[in-house]
Amino acid sequence: MRFRARVISRGYAEGEAIVSRKPVSFLGDVDPESGVIRDRESDIFGESVAGKIFVFPEGRGSTVGTYTLLRMKKAGCAPAGIVMVRSEAIVAVGAIIAGIPLVDMPEADVLEVIESGDHVRVFAEREGWVEVEKR
Amino acid sequence: MHLTKEEERLLESDNETVRKCMEILVALGEIYGAERLVEIRSAQISGISYDNIGDAGLEWLESLKAKVVVRAYANPAGLDTVRWREMGIDSEFYEKQMRIIRALDGLGVEITLTCTPYYLDTPSFGDHLAWAESSAVVYANSVIGARTNRESGISALAAAIIGKTPMYGLHLKENRAPQIRVIVEEGVNPAMAGYHAGKLIGGKIPLVEFPERLSRDELKWFGASLAASGGAGMFHAKELTPEWDSFEIPEESVVVEKGDVDSGCEPDLVAIGCPHTSAEELRTVYSLLRKYGKVRREMWIFSSRRVIEQNRELVEKIEEMGAKVFADTCMVVSPASSRFECVMVNSGKAFEYLPKLRGVNARFGDLEECVRWATR
Repeated sequence: MRFRARVISRGYAEGEAIVSRKPVSFLGDVDPESGVIRDRESDIFGESVAGKIFVFPEGRGSTVGTYTLLRMKKAGCAPAGIVMVRSEAIVAVGAIIAGIPLVDMPEADVLEVIESGDHVRVFAEREGWVEVEKR
Repeated sequence: MHLTKEEERLLESDNETVRKCMEILVALGEIYGAERLVEIRSAQISGISYDNIGDAGLEWLESLKAKVVVRAYANPAGLDTVRWREMGIDSEFYEKQMRIIRALDGLGVEITLTCTPYYLDTPSFGDHLAWAESSAVVYANSVIGARTNRESGISALAAAIIGKTPMYGLHLKENRAPQIRVIVEEGVNPAMAGYHAGKLIGGKIPLVEFPERLSRDELKWFGASLAASGGAGMFHAKELTPEWDSFEIPEESVVVEKGDVDSGCEPDLVAIGCPHTSAEELRTVYSLLRKYGKVRREMWIFSSRRVIEQNRELVEKIEEMGAKVFADTCMVVSPASSRFECVMVNSGKAFEYLPKLRGVNARFGDLEECVRWATR
């Protein structure tokens, strides 16, 4: 399956999908040293986003979250790529400066069609699209 | 968003810093629905204190290789770069903070280290800016009539390196209309009026009716507090600010009464200068000190290095009375305030942030009350 999306942070990434159906804050919800989700309210509590394609609806919370993505990159536990339903400034700018490809506004309902464990490719150059291989 | 040929080229630049900065501006423009980029007169960059951005921010700044193409000012750091020892700052923090400052200097950012860049270079009505410090944003939009969104430190730096910012939000006249009337009752201190108004109306743009004519400094205190407790990027004040009668008057209104916010704690530090004091405020502080006598507990006054240098004699007289006048930092962004129990401030912004960011109790008093406490 393949569908278009809007390019926010440029690059190419592929990997195993990890899907959260709830909004994510990178300040507080994610451990910046391990990439493990530590927000108990999260539907992926205890799982790691490190090296994966992180799919979630939107960001929330503090602007300091931008720097969390940089810290995760430095610690080697950042997601390889991000697919969001709708991005906002905090995650968008964080992804750009950390060099994590990010697309949003996908033409498919990603929270339905992508499941954790699927293999996902994120193409984010002049044009953006997402390819999903069901596991 | 429409990009010119030249902007398209910057998106493909061989210089990674320029490419990333352009990517940030385009991403923000897309997210917020801007039609194009607009040239800016200046940028003001926040996220300067090491306490705020940490090693990740520091190393990112050091990795950048470009120069700003418009005037760009740095917000306050975590210390007075000369008198940091007197503030009780350790040398490890000093070293890290100075690396941040050197990185910014290398990018061509002016090391102003102030939240009041409008005292150094006042923008004109209608100028587009990319400023990040919330109190400076409110002042520029409201009191001057320049146009800026509330940028993040990173997006402001990106705008400085490209010389442009995406044209959305407060850059467009239609988004600057007041959404609610705020009526301030008699006897409410302007900083407290801003603090209460922000709690009542959140991020809405108010048209404020004050019971009396306020000075620019008083409007500065009002706006800083409003932005801190609510989140608005601008306000209009009836008959005081340049755009107040350019829009329809909103129907909805709220009243700000003289509320009691006294925490009742016993101040062991009195701190003035959030936002940084003007020359006029320094004169007022000095005349109050002459009235009430020598300072008998810790009293810190924060201003920009430029304003301090331009008022050397006055500052010396204030220090002879026992107060300390520090530059480059403030009670909110410096870890130095964290070691006190209770800090008395004349700022609604500091009153909002000191407990949250520094973990200390705050007590509010107007400038005269602050000086009285410091001297008794």
